[in-house]
Amino acid sequence: MCAESSMRETYGKTLVELGRENKDIVVLDADLSLSTQTFMFAKEFPQRFFDCGIAEQNMMGIAAGLAASGKTAFVSTFAVFASSRCFDQVRWSIAQPRRNVKIVATHAGVTVGEDGASHQAIEDLSLMCALPGFTVICPADAIETAYAVWSAAANPGPYYIRLPRLKSTLIYDEDYQFVKDKAMVMRDGKDATIIATGLMVERALRAADELAKEDINVCVLNMHTIKPLDSKAVIKAARDTGAIVTVEEHVRQGGLGSRVAQIVAEYAPVPMAIIAIRDAYCSSGKPEELLEQQGLTSANIIEKTRALVQKKPKSRR
Amino acid sequence: MSEGSIPVLMTKEMQDKAKLIRRHIIKMIAEANSGHPGGSLSAADIITVLYFHVLQHDPKNPLWPDRDRFIMSKGHAAPALYAALAESGYFPVGELLTFRKLNSRMQGHCDVVTTPGVEMSTGPLGQGLSFGVGCALAARLDGRKYYTYVLLGDGECDEGQVWEAAMAAAHFKLDNLIAIVDRNGIQLDGWTKDIMNSEPLDEKWRAFGWHVVVVDGHDIYKLELAFDEAKMIKGKPVMIIANTVKGKGVSFMENKAEFHGKAPTKEQAEKALKELE
Repeated sequence: MCAESSMRETYGKTLVELGRENKDIVVLDADLSLSTQTFMFAKEFPQRFFDCGIAEQNMMGIAAGLAASGKTAFVSTFAVFASSRCFDQVRWSIAQPRRNVKIVATHAGVTVGEDGASHQAIEDLSLMCALPGFTVICPADAIETAYAVWSAAANPGPYYIRLPRLKSTLIYDEDYQFVKDKAMVMRDGKDATIIATGLMVERALRAADELAKEDINVCVLNMHTIKPLDSKAVIKAARDTGAIVTVEEHVRQGGLGSRVAQIVAEYAPVPMAIIAIRDAYCSSGKPEELLEQQGLTSANIIEKTRALVQKKPKSRR
Repeated sequence: MSEGSIPVLMTKEMQDKAKLIRRHIIKMIAEANSGHPGGSLSAADIITVLYFHVLQHDPKNPLWPDRDRFIMSKGHAAPALYAALAESGYFPVGELLTFRKLNSRMQGHCDVVTTPGVEMSTGPLGQGLSFGVGCALAARLDGRKYYTYVLLGDGECDEGQVWEAAMAAAHFKLDNLIAIVDRNGIQLDGWTKDIMNSEPLDEKWRAFGWHVVVVDGHDIYKLELAFDEAKMIKGKPVMIIANTVKGKGVSFMENKAEFHGKAPTKEQAEKALKELE
């Protein structure tokens, strides 16, 4: 369970498989195909690949036009550009008419590292979740990435899939069954639930293993799909375990924690802890250093979970 | 069609049709008590030529795969498009008076979700040409013969995305893409030359790799010829710069920036309709 694999590379390979199966798959990139890995598709299907140059707004519009003409358009660039740079184009050319455009954004979060705050997309989940009709997925490893991409291709409408630059530890094996829009229960437990997404899932699992040694048994949910949020799973977790910790590589506002809190507050109020990036831009640094700085570590997850369990009403401990 | 082959009567019929479109524009905006008469009236002749002469389309089958695409990138000129769609038979003419009202199929700006015949939701300026590039690329991939037409405003050309799309269309050698700029010379705040000068517009488009035709945007016959010329160009996209007058056809609206986004009063609407008889 500690093999590493690149989610981006898996994305590139999955696109090629999709392209072989379906001639209506087209791919667009904005001069980053070597980084996003769409170059693999470009090599095999040059007629169906469009490098739009460094013009993301135009790229989103072209993708919308292709989608309106019967194509399934995969669009890739860095998350920081795919979300905020062309938000108006995504909103009006893609979201409102529910175009069949799949935005697969790479280099998301602080783990982009040394490039610095300018290139660290930490607001993208909030932005994309605000768009009516969008499905927003943040896969936890390479195996889940392939499922997410296949699911996006198979289901109509706009998608945003968020991938990191970093290689990820594989948390799934080939037997994994991705269920569309449904959170995956990774561990069972009664004392609290840790809901994590993306690279944070692996950290949450490590935290759960450590907590078990202290006889704190936590449930771990992989919330791969942030929108539509699996609210049933959230409500069940709140009712069954009485405390919820969320972990995401994203600012506190508008991401996983915010969305889970909305459901918890309305339907099953229990103590919560939101582990996320503080409301400020970060800096250059090594990915692990940045995660450490932001408390996105299993040590911090352990600490926050332990404290939260103490906060639970005595009757529920 | 070559010069001389168009019967005079046909042009006269088209002029009558354009006048009818203008009457609808005034009635719709007056009834809604809001809307954009100036840029709708300036585009009326271009829209008329497109819908009643140029476009291959089927109002009974709005999603016919081989239809020519028309994209109203200057989405605030929606009344001109709605009027042409109604006159073409996409929906009843009577429905035009629901424009801008709650639950109407005709929103204040173009909406592909609700209005039959509308190809793209627009309103935020600068997005239509990129979408048109996508439609034109799809036609090429699928071996379809349709053309994609995109109508832009000259004020809209302030948007950077327009020039990203201009570059891409030429790069991809899209000779199945024809854009038109409704160059009425006025944007919301005043004359375009004073607000953000885009001249020389024709030279800019040529420099971006387009074949450019400059035409009187209120001369039906010359517009028809311009579209004929556009369809003969190979290997590059075509820009038709149509010189127009904002508010054309209504004396007190012509060349008045204040009528960019202001509805006429009841009395003004009556006066306008009298002028358009």
